[in-house]
Amino acid sequence: MDPFASLPEPVARAWERSLTSGRAAVSRRRLLAAGGALAGAAALPALGACGIPAADTGGEDGEAAAARDYSGKEKELAFSNWPLYIDVDDENENVRPTLERFQERSGIRVAYTEDVNDNVEFFGRIKPQLAAGQDTGRDLVCLSDFMAGRLIRHGWAQRLDPRNLPHANVNLEPRFRNAAHDPGRQFTMPWAGLATVVAYNKKATGGREVSSVAQLMEDEALKGKVSLLTEMQDTIGMTLIDMGKSPTKFTDDDFDAALARVQKAVDDDQLRRFTGNDYTEELVKGDIAACLAWAGDIVQLQLDTDDIEFVIPAKGYLYATDDLLVPARARHKTNAEKLIDYYYRPDVAAELAAWVNYICPVVGARAEMKKIDASLADYPLIFPDRQMIDKGQVFMSMNDDKETAYQDKWSKVIGA
Amino acid sequence: MTALAAPPEATPEAPGPPPPRRRLTPYWLLLPAALWLLVFFAAPLVYQASTSVQSGSFEEGFEVTWRWANYTEALDTYAEHFARSFGYAAAATVLCLAIGYPLAYMIAFRAGRWRGVLLVLVIAPFFTSFLIRTLAWKTILSDNGPLVGALDTLHVLDVTATLGLTTDDRLLATPLAVVCGLTYNFLPFMILPLYTSLERVDPGLHEAAQDLYARPLTVFRRVTLPLSMPGVVAGTLLTFIPASGDYINAQLLGSPKEQMVGNAIQKQFLNVLDYPTAAAMSFLLMAAILIMVTVYIRRAGTEELV
Repeated sequence: MDPFASLPEPVARAWERSLTSGRAAVSRRRLLAAGGALAGAAALPALGACGIPAADTGGEDGEAAAARDYSGKEKELAFSNWPLYIDVDDENENVRPTLERFQERSGIRVAYTEDVNDNVEFFGRIKPQLAAGQDTGRDLVCLSDFMAGRLIRHGWAQRLDPRNLPHANVNLEPRFRNAAHDPGRQFTMPWAGLATVVAYNKKATGGREVSSVAQLMEDEALKGKVSLLTEMQDTIGMTLIDMGKSPTKFTDDDFDAALARVQKAVDDDQLRRFTGNDYTEELVKGDIAACLAWAGDIVQLQLDTDDIEFVIPAKGYLYATDDLLVPARARHKTNAEKLIDYYYRPDVAAELAAWVNYICPVVGARAEMKKIDASLADYPLIFPDRQMIDKGQVFMSMNDDKETAYQDKWSKVIGA
Repeated sequence: MTALAAPPEATPEAPGPPPPRRRLTPYWLLLPAALWLLVFFAAPLVYQASTSVQSGSFEEGFEVTWRWANYTEALDTYAEHFARSFGYAAAATVLCLAIGYPLAYMIAFRAGRWRGVLLVLVIAPFFTSFLIRTLAWKTILSDNGPLVGALDTLHVLDVTATLGLTTDDRLLATPLAVVCGLTYNFLPFMILPLYTSLERVDPGLHEAAQDLYARPLTVFRRVTLPLSMPGVVAGTLLTFIPASGDYINAQLLGSPKEQMVGNAIQKQFLNVLDYPTAAAMSFLLMAAILIMVTVYIRRAGTEELV
């Protein structure tokens, strides 16, 4: 149950302050210091000031309406995740070992649904309930960081209680702590990290190495055999990095310049397609010789074929996270927090990462991974080394108006 | 209900208006369909119409401001997409007719006891989802696949490239692939109405025409074709209308240069979150199709479509 729900506004604020910056928060603050917990505390009033019409949210001031938490009475949890994003048993794909163990240990029955296929589409599905201040029927959802940011901005995510997240507080990788869309990680915890890199099929390029975004867009030898990603953040972010700009902080002019480069590649017939996850089959077949790709996919492709190579461009790469968050009005927030915390145990995280193959956001999981599969523990796309970490950049967090303006321009370039 | 019963003094033989209860029966029978239409067609249409004249932003919400500029702007920006959609849909419809008519003719008149099997084969692709069927074409048309290899050796791809249908010795991500995908996916919608109208043509009429010394071609031109016109009109409509709104084929088999208006509407709704423009585009698409269909039906001069 939300401890602040029944208190008058000023009292609740005072409580919050003391929890996030007072003595009660000392241990958490020390832990978060490296990652910029101060920024998180500073963002509190900013979030409260978010301009959201009252009719639009369940909350009073843009803060998520914390519904009554029934976790104590109802040992249940509805968890919506992406397909193929959790470990399954080799023999029976309906058995999910880490999740089974969580249910045994905690006694919480998890209704696990793989119904997130696309951030925007999923948002469209739950938005009507959120806007009407109703329960979405989901206690925990996994969404990409930009979409998690949108829910937070609208006050449609519930603030997580650090007291229920002892493992997560300690084990969250420092570099994921100060996320632009959720400073200080007050509302979200990463499920996995995603890196956008350049990948190519050796056979299709005739042994030629593809090492930069510029080469994707300009190399004549790759004409008509290059795909970029339909996600604006990924393609524009990588283009900006290639141009020496920062995707974390850029101007409208920078955006237009990056856009013009992509447009030129379209006009020159250099690009074959803009893709979502569906580039994988074409890359294996060689219809796509080189592309922008998500690291986790590449790990799995490399297990299947020797032809696929990936390159971290010298100028850097883009990374993002898929975040767990509790939607407004969800009935079982504490149960959700228990599950989040469970997946921040290094042994559980390693087991998950060994199956999912995306970047593991949990400190200590690498040591555990050595016990499961030593080769995966040294795989930079799951446990990035220092050099790779340094090259990673994130895309800036935008408000909806800016995102709409950019998406409008972007959609015209990708042909629609 | 007794109050509604016919007055006792009315003689049954007297011709007059039917008793009120019987007069109402058709409306009761219409009710389920009418309700269904109201809830799932009329209401969304009104909602969509209202959205199309709104302005505002996703963050602040949209309001009805009767902003008709949504329409002119959408038309201005996406004229090319509209033209492309109708062009591809028309091409696919013509191809469907060219492939479907002989096939339907054969099934109707020459198939004999194989008729049932052949009809099942026509419908069989529907057992697989639309998406899967389209994805399968990516494998068939793959750059390194046998089909592209064969066409390349036969220099067919050079010819299509000269016509602007393909580029770079490939089939995928070209206009040709999109049109072929549309043709394939909507072919059954052409064949079935053609078959039903051809199947109803009495073979005796053919014999009669031959007895009157008509050559086979004349029999077809003067007897079979006119009698099958309702099927042709229904088939072309069932193919053209969904094909012009389709976005799956352009998405999977086309390049950024082959995107159709359906893709643009989808992007506006889901990614740009500009609902008014998306709604205006949907209405423009509907209006354009409605006008074309009306003109076409008038021209085709077929009253007995059913």
